[in-house]
Amino acid sequence: MEIFGIPLQAFLGQLLLGLVNGSFYAMLSLGLAVIFGLLGIVNFAHGALYMMGAYVAWLLMEKFAVGFWWALVLAPLVVGALGVVVERTLLKRLYKIDPIYGLLLTFGLALIAEGVFRDQFGVSGQQYAVPELLQGATNLGFMVLPNYRGFVVFASLLICLATWWIIERTRLGSYLRAGTENPALVQAFGVNVPMMVMLTYGAGAGLAAMAGVLAAPIIQITPLMGSNLIIIVFAVVVIGGMGSILGSILTGLALGLVEGLTKVFYPEASSIVVFVIMAIVLMIRPAGLFGKEK
Amino acid sequence: MSALSEASLSRYSRLAWLAGLALLIAAPFVGLYPIFVMKALCYAIFACAFNLLLGYTGLLSFGHAAYLGAAAYFTGYLVRSAGFSPEGGVLAGTLGAGAIGAVVGLIAIRRQGIYFAMITLAMAQMVYFVWLQAPFTGGEDGLQGVPRGKLFGFIPLQNDIAMYFVVLTVFVAVFLAIIRIVHSPYGQVLKAIRENEARAVSLGYDVDKYKLLAFVLSTSLAGLAGSLKTLVLGFATLSDAHWSLSGEVVLMTLLGGMGTFAGPVLGAFTIIGLQDLLADRVGSWVTVIIGVIFVLCVVGFRRGFVGELLAWRRQRAGP
Repeated sequence: MEIFGIPLQAFLGQLLLGLVNGSFYAMLSLGLAVIFGLLGIVNFAHGALYMMGAYVAWLLMEKFAVGFWWALVLAPLVVGALGVVVERTLLKRLYKIDPIYGLLLTFGLALIAEGVFRDQFGVSGQQYAVPELLQGATNLGFMVLPNYRGFVVFASLLICLATWWIIERTRLGSYLRAGTENPALVQAFGVNVPMMVMLTYGAGAGLAAMAGVLAAPIIQITPLMGSNLIIIVFAVVVIGGMGSILGSILTGLALGLVEGLTKVFYPEASSIVVFVIMAIVLMIRPAGLFGKEK
Repeated sequence: MSALSEASLSRYSRLAWLAGLALLIAAPFVGLYPIFVMKALCYAIFACAFNLLLGYTGLLSFGHAAYLGAAAYFTGYLVRSAGFSPEGGVLAGTLGAGAIGAVVGLIAIRRQGIYFAMITLAMAQMVYFVWLQAPFTGGEDGLQGVPRGKLFGFIPLQNDIAMYFVVLTVFVAVFLAIIRIVHSPYGQVLKAIRENEARAVSLGYDVDKYKLLAFVLSTSLAGLAGSLKTLVLGFATLSDAHWSLSGEVVLMTLLGGMGTFAGPVLGAFTIIGLQDLLADRVGSWVTVIIGVIFVLCVVGFRRGFVGELLAWRRQRAGP
């Protein structure tokens, strides 16, 4: 069977890969949005945290013979703890000054992480195996679905929705949203705002790391994987607007799909299509698809 | 601060600039490798152009390498393959970078603050991917072997000393032009936008127009730096347009002192010198060291060399 002259299997395969990429965009832009909301910092290091998640998982599996499932839990915890340290020692000095300094500081941190990992592991890619449970593929009749890719989309969606639920539907989330609006007032009501800020950055870092662990069996782990991704995620955030959590998730998934489609029909443009969409959205709706006009 | 101390401050600044210029004129005759100083001067022009935006208009363009890289490719291609003279190639590169700057500027000024930075970064990445695939850029290899040719048909630029004084002349012209722009009524409006954009709007200024013009000026001058760099080194590669260079120019400006005239120059010489010194010795740790300097600057040295010096002098001058 063919669709627009392209074999259906290849078409759906690209679409699935687009959806996989889209779920990483969603996870990362979600973390960026939450961190920006509470800390007022655009976290350039988000890509580096994603990269570190992949490397920590790889190290755990290679050197300590930890299984994939444990690595999926442990690597985000390790990276999240690192995030907490960074927030306590560096980021907290920047909350009262222009937000561009937050971007510059985290840019410096990303360079440090990238340099250290490049020195330790070189630029050639590493990869680890898909866990046994998820190896192989399922024939759905109209396409053959590699189990692991299906799992990644499902797991990312689950993580995104869980984050949405925590922020929009729990008491902790209501503190978080209130802290985004007016931290001083929330502090006056007896909520430990600095603690909340610290944990938010740690959780955002952990979320990025978890995306890295999930991505590693599909793409190569390299020290540069983070910075290549983070710039696209910035464009995703601009397109979606940082106002709404569900908006970030939807935008991420949709742009992944669009990128996948472009790979099928006009591969030369697949690396720039997200940026082109960003430019168009800015001309039509500067605040982003889900952002609020000020 | 009293008018007197302001005048004496600017007298000190002028003396320092003249001393710097004397050093630069003497540099190739006292054993400094002219290619190195020319490279540093090109990046100094780049940082000065960037500072016009960040330091004087308050706009953080996080993708300025796109314009340096674009001009480097334009000049390289035109001089090598289309028979352009060096001055024609530099002019075309500068204008080309300004044209790309105008398009990106129109899109980016639709958002303020941190979004502006993210948009300029994303647009620069798009330009980077275009260069990666465009047929005339030579892909991963870049454009190699760009000849320097003869300036105005009779000055042989193959001679390093001749090339050096051309680059130095352009640098001084850009430095003075930026001082002139900043001190002009137009420059004062830019500063007003930096300090309080909403108030500038309420005073009746068409802020977007001012910002766009500043963006085009800055990207054109960044292009000028890229064009010269291609002539000096004889090649244009993808690393001229890479985001890491966009980060480095921020660091040069921050380290030297943003919003000061000489700061970006000092910052550029420091960073280029550091890279030159470390490249063969520490390998990929250069990136780490640049990152550490970035973090230290942001956390505890936001005024930069020149900013700290000026603050110290002001403290001594005034009560």
